[in-house]
Amino acid sequence: MRRRTLNLIPHAVMILAILLFALPIWIAIAGSTQDSAAIARGDVSLIPNLSGLGVYRDVLMNGSAGAGPVWRALLVSAGMALAIAFGKIALSLPSAYAVTFFRFPFRMAAFWLIFLTLMLPVEVRLIPTFQVMSSLDLINSFTGLTIPLIASATATLLFRQTFLAVPDELVEAARIDGAGPLRFLRDILIPISGANIAALFVILFVYGWNQYLWPLLVATDPKLDTVVISIVKMIGVDTATEWNKVMATAVLALIPPVAVVLLMQRWFVKGLTEGDK
Amino acid sequence: MAGLQLDGLRKSFGSNEILKGVDLALADGEMLVIVGASGCGKSTLLRVVAGLETPTAGRVQIDGRDVTDLDPSARDIAMVFQNYALYPHMSVFDNMAYGLKIRGLPRAEIRAKVDAASALLGLEALLERKPRQLSGGQRQRVAMGRAIVRDPKLFLFDEPLSNLDAKLRVQMRGEIRRLQRRLKVTSLYVTHDQVEAMTLGDRLLVMHQGVPVQLATPTEVYARPADTYVAGFIGSPAMNLLPGLLGRNGTMVRVADADIDLGPQRLDRPDGHPVILGIRPEHVVLDASGMTWPVEVVEHLGAEMLVHAGRPGEAALTLKIANGTPLSDAIRVSFPSAHIHVFDQATGLRFESIGSGPSSS
Repeated sequence: MRRRTLNLIPHAVMILAILLFALPIWIAIAGSTQDSAAIARGDVSLIPNLSGLGVYRDVLMNGSAGAGPVWRALLVSAGMALAIAFGKIALSLPSAYAVTFFRFPFRMAAFWLIFLTLMLPVEVRLIPTFQVMSSLDLINSFTGLTIPLIASATATLLFRQTFLAVPDELVEAARIDGAGPLRFLRDILIPISGANIAALFVILFVYGWNQYLWPLLVATDPKLDTVVISIVKMIGVDTATEWNKVMATAVLALIPPVAVVLLMQRWFVKGLTEGDK
Repeated sequence: MAGLQLDGLRKSFGSNEILKGVDLALADGEMLVIVGASGCGKSTLLRVVAGLETPTAGRVQIDGRDVTDLDPSARDIAMVFQNYALYPHMSVFDNMAYGLKIRGLPRAEIRAKVDAASALLGLEALLERKPRQLSGGQRQRVAMGRAIVRDPKLFLFDEPLSNLDAKLRVQMRGEIRRLQRRLKVTSLYVTHDQVEAMTLGDRLLVMHQGVPVQLATPTEVYARPADTYVAGFIGSPAMNLLPGLLGRNGTMVRVADADIDLGPQRLDRPDGHPVILGIRPEHVVLDASGMTWPVEVVEHLGAEMLVHAGRPGEAALTLKIANGTPLSDAIRVSFPSAHIHVFDQATGLRFESIGSGPSSS
């Protein structure tokens, strides 16, 4: 019985924490179905008004004052997040492979150069990066939106750590079996790093989806508004803000990253528990 | 034709010379075990033969073909690693088939080869499993299977049994021997375990600090160790090595205050020459008229017991005798002359008798 009372305290703390995290999301869901003026007054009921669900269809198709239809923004966001996640993985797999498994002149110099970019994220070099994109005539383009965010070292470092843990004998066994460098990367290294790739994909997708500063700067064309930018644009300075639409958009913006985390989590937890190495 | 031939093989890492000139020839189908303490260069030697390391000097020939400058995959070899090095994401079948797939063999042929190898190793029921679902012994078999399907000119074993428990090691040791005999593939087997070395090899190569010190059959290495290093390394517990002086025209060694007769042996060195007398613990006999040694520790091994005798700071003597033999605080022992080995104290090399020596092959 002593045990039971002891368990009560952690449970209480956990329940409190869950409420703390879940309540704002619930308020957004409930609020999205209610009257905009009531929300503006601070009068949000915690019970959703089911007849107000039409607002989702409305924002998806027509958007709100100050921002275009949300389906478009979601598409831009998804494109950007996927391009960043896949781009970074595609770039860092070979670069980590090179610095880990091959001896070439200035190998460590190359590694430290890659490492250095960790200290210089886009936010730090915002103005020069904008200058470069502008010179390349990439302002207001999907390429300009994604390329600067793809080039970074985080993924390279993570893959390097993964690759360093691969036993030498595995590399040697493959050499004796006759697998060349690219074949080894494709047949052995990438499959056994599957769990890490999945984990990294989740992190990078969420990172890409949540980008705000760079898209704000580089894409002024409303066609390239991401869903994060759209939310900001909906909160009008001069016009009356349609708070129910803002909340509906926020809920819609939440769904894809949550879905990716949930779907991929099953996959990479499976990979981790089956212990590939 | 020689299955494997090494000529003047040297390997240095920076200024650190690991292999200091190794010459070796293996007959076709022979199994040679390389044994030595860690750091003696035995693994480096194997890796140079495999092509995973490039030699600093010397040539490697496999089945009469110079392969020194060839890639590992072009040498027609197969290697079994200590940690098995199975591809963790592939099934047992794919692990065995991978090398064949890369070589572009037709699917049916791959299937046939893998089926034959897995039948030989008793792996038929496990072909769809992943390595992590296998026990240590099964993984070891898959690693063997991967080597067998290649049908290579040369098998290389790098301490393949070190990761197994004692019982399984004995069983797999037998299996490897049977397989090698049956397949008649020239094999190089590296181990630090002297029991494996004695039981597996047609011949034994003892290495010490990058140099081969003795190449002979296991019986020969045991009966006539080439120097004090081999004498101390092969045999468990190690051979007793007692410093002494030669006397009586080379027919006697004076150890401490006892004269030990060499029997019919006679050594061609002046009296007073410093030597080391060697006798294995299992060859020392209790003898009421022999020299006296105080007993320090007794260890019971079951059927036998080990008696450690000697005074602290002086030469020590180990005996292996039948368990239950009554002992007092001091024992009297003698050394049968047929089992005495004599080495030069300065060089450590074995002295050969110029008279009639002990009758051992």
